[in-house]
Amino acid sequence: MSHFPILSLLTFLPLVGAVFILSIRGTEEVVARNARHVALWASVITFLLSLYLWFAFDPTTAAFQFVEKAEWMPEFGINYHMGVDGISILFVLLTTLLTPVCVLSSWESVTTRVKEYMVSFLIMETMMIGMFSALDLVVFYIFFEAVLIPMFLIIGVWGGPRRVYAAFKFFLFTLAGSVLMLLAILAMYFDAGTTDMPALMAHSFPKGMQNWLWLAFFASFAVKVPMWPVHTWLPDAHVEAPTAGSVILAGVLLKFGGYGFLRFSLPMFPLATVEFTPLIYTLSIIAVIYTSLVALAQEDMKKLIAYSSVAHMGFVTIGTFTLTIQGIEGAIYQMLSHGIVSAALFLIVGVVYDRIHSRDIASYGGLVHRMPAYGLIFMLMMLASVGLPGTGGFIGEFLVLVGVFQVNSWVAAFAALGVILGAAYMLYLYRRVIFGQLTKESLKNILDLSPREILVFAPLVILVLWMGVYPSSFLDFMHASVNNLISQVEVARAAAESAVLAGH
Amino acid sequence: MSMAQIPNLIPALPELFMAMVAMALLMLGVFQKAGVEGGEAKTSKMISYLSVVTLLLALLLTATVSSVPGTTFGGMFVVDPFSVYFKVMVLFASAISIIMAQQYLQTQGIARFEFAILILFATIGMLMMISANNLISLYLGLEMQSLSLYVIATFQRDDTRSTEAGLKYFVLGAVASGMLLYGSSLIYGFTGTTDFQALASLFHDSQGHAPSVGLIVGIVFIMAGLAFKVSAVPFHMWTPDVYEGAPTPVAAFFSVAPKIAALALFLRVMIGPFGDLAAQWQQIVIFISVASMILGAFAAINQTNIKRMMAYSSIGHVGYALIGLAVGNEAGVRGVMIYLAIYLFMNLGAFACILTMRRGDRMVEDISDLAGLSKTNPMLALALTIFMFSMAGIPPLAGFFGKLYIFLAAIEVELYALAIIGVLSSVVASYYYVRIIKVMYFDDVTEPLNKAVGKELGSVLAVTAIVIVFFIVYPGPVLNGAAAAAAALFAG
Repeated sequence: MSHFPILSLLTFLPLVGAVFILSIRGTEEVVARNARHVALWASVITFLLSLYLWFAFDPTTAAFQFVEKAEWMPEFGINYHMGVDGISILFVLLTTLLTPVCVLSSWESVTTRVKEYMVSFLIMETMMIGMFSALDLVVFYIFFEAVLIPMFLIIGVWGGPRRVYAAFKFFLFTLAGSVLMLLAILAMYFDAGTTDMPALMAHSFPKGMQNWLWLAFFASFAVKVPMWPVHTWLPDAHVEAPTAGSVILAGVLLKFGGYGFLRFSLPMFPLATVEFTPLIYTLSIIAVIYTSLVALAQEDMKKLIAYSSVAHMGFVTIGTFTLTIQGIEGAIYQMLSHGIVSAALFLIVGVVYDRIHSRDIASYGGLVHRMPAYGLIFMLMMLASVGLPGTGGFIGEFLVLVGVFQVNSWVAAFAALGVILGAAYMLYLYRRVIFGQLTKESLKNILDLSPREILVFAPLVILVLWMGVYPSSFLDFMHASVNNLISQVEVARAAAESAVLAGH
Repeated sequence: MSMAQIPNLIPALPELFMAMVAMALLMLGVFQKAGVEGGEAKTSKMISYLSVVTLLLALLLTATVSSVPGTTFGGMFVVDPFSVYFKVMVLFASAISIIMAQQYLQTQGIARFEFAILILFATIGMLMMISANNLISLYLGLEMQSLSLYVIATFQRDDTRSTEAGLKYFVLGAVASGMLLYGSSLIYGFTGTTDFQALASLFHDSQGHAPSVGLIVGIVFIMAGLAFKVSAVPFHMWTPDVYEGAPTPVAAFFSVAPKIAALALFLRVMIGPFGDLAAQWQQIVIFISVASMILGAFAAINQTNIKRMMAYSSIGHVGYALIGLAVGNEAGVRGVMIYLAIYLFMNLGAFACILTMRRGDRMVEDISDLAGLSKTNPMLALALTIFMFSMAGIPPLAGFFGKLYIFLAAIEVELYALAIIGVLSSVVASYYYVRIIKVMYFDDVTEPLNKAVGKELGSVLAVTAIVIVFFIVYPGPVLNGAAAAAAALFAG
């Protein structure tokens, strides 16, 4: 390892910031102010450093880059192994981008226990970056699980009225899913003799075992994505979490599941993947259509966006399992754009929630008269969520549909129906909140976006348009890795088929 | 008596040293001037710290002079890396328990010097148990420990709950000892020996023959007795009552040192003499392990008293540790040893937190008393949060690694059902651990607890919390020590 350990630096820099915040002493006000600044600086510096990845990454190869390896538990052959490829690098960047946005967005809205709040966010950033760059299963699992601790506290301490219920539901659902994955990881360790991810991708597990392992990983990722019917924790968690908590939950945590499918299920258990694809399609289509209908009936803005997340993630799982280049790239693209769009939508709800402390759609109406800038940004994000051409959402959905159409046109047809429903509930939401007459007393004096809020939205707006207008700058990162992933699956399938033929 | 007849005393040096010092300290305590205002408390403090020094010196002896593998006293007493590993843990646990108890004893007005002495004697018994290499020495060690523990449980003798706890523990403990002794006599009757090595080679040679029913009954009786001592289901009933009734520092002590010693004994007896009969006893261990995990997880949910909750939690932890025994190979034993080392730290830390729970000059022990602790005493709340997440097995804290190595062993021998039940019950158990965190962080302060933590408890908390958090960075020493110790158990 001759190069600079950039990934470890990115991973642990926020943790250093957290330790620094913990050491701040003084009156509550001083501590709060310093905690905010330290958190912002730590996350902004992390983001700037992460741009190094963007420029130094070599998109022509599918190999892992910026690799670091150090002995950790040598007697078990478990190493601290980090690295990124075309699939994970953009998620790392998404994380480093959204964390400063979160910190900035809670600048004024979080006033109690600011120190603990900022510490939780920085620890969470560490865990998220670590999760996306881990190249050892045990290291991955540790980061994957450790996210529960700060997120549980963020929902539970700074959340809404039913925060305790939501926090417990979130915690127990995700934990129950991931412990089975832990057992699967151990079983893989004994079959392959290592927990090193690149080695495991090259290892071929016996067919019968693959199914069980796939199901164990599925239990964990399906909860994270979340897929129908284990999505019920998500609306509760989103509704009760503070704005920034929802942003990071929708923006990054939900991607753990989709990333997990791409990183583990597809390359490591290709035969099981092919076998279980109909299951994934079925659950995803139910998710897309059912949750869209549910979203249509919501009275709570955050809940509506939460259900729309489930529907959008349904596209991701469909695209992932098409095993076509368009489908998988579309899935990754959809995750990235959803990460930005849903984050922005939750921030948009947060803006008005901070002003009049209501998330009910019914308590708004006619906001465009008092808040034109707000209305504009809301419209852009709403259209991106719907998938209007020119925004990032379109590219993702389009690629997924192209991919799935090659494989199964029925699935494509149902998924397309979801797009229409998506437009319906988003436009309906927008009409009720923004348009109409401004008649409610509480809204008469509402203020438009403050400069700080515009600063929060600026990077997200730019990215959504950039992703919509020139997708190549993001897709180029993925090509080599996605091609490699697909060929891995194909090789495994071909090998299995020839084995079957030889057996006859 | 000629010199040749005196057995080699070096392997038993820590025990002999402790026994002599304990008796000397007893004398010292008795002959202190009585009647002086606060004299009793002062004596207690002095004897306690001398006892801590004694324990640490014994620890030093164990790790240096007496760590050479070998047997003595006609093969009744064995020293190997396995015994050294467990003795270090037990001695450390006892020393910390005495330190943690000081403040409690003083404020509750029960600061009598006998407390530390009794812990010393109990510890000597535990060291004997760990080094037992014969059914007779096993029983002697166990009884020496148990008799001291019965007395410590009733240490707050003006309190009916404490005396009730002691009595309950005594009666049930005596029954368990009786079962163990009866099992030993059956085994002696059917094999003609009580020596572990002799038993092991006997069973090794007669592999292939079905063991006689009497022998199996004997083993089952021994297991029942040991299951009582480690408080595994279905012999766990005493645990919640004793933990709740006994003075809190005593409960803290009970939850670590005797449990670790009894598990060491359990491992040695099952793997050593009866190792070749694993097919006969493995089912039983699997059953008590599963039953303990499930009961520990579900029964704790409804508890309102934090000591009772910790009692059920300890039952659950024993269930996890017993997975390692059910696996029955080197990896399994290594898993148990890593698990217990981590359990030691997190349990001591959790009890140190419980010992700080005071309101005015009254100890409180309801979970709801912790409400809003994160606002009144953030550092204490953080420490307890670390211990609770660790007990729930959430990475990156140490408790996760304890479970990891246990499940690693279980998966290796394809005990999938046991592992799946284990992880799922750990999810259920995480509910009540996390509930404590919820009470501290999410609930509002009702009546604040005292802020003062105290020097002793503060340092115990700091040390244990640091170990739990930073285990991930440098797990080498524990892993290597456990590996060597587990290898030793299978070498013989």
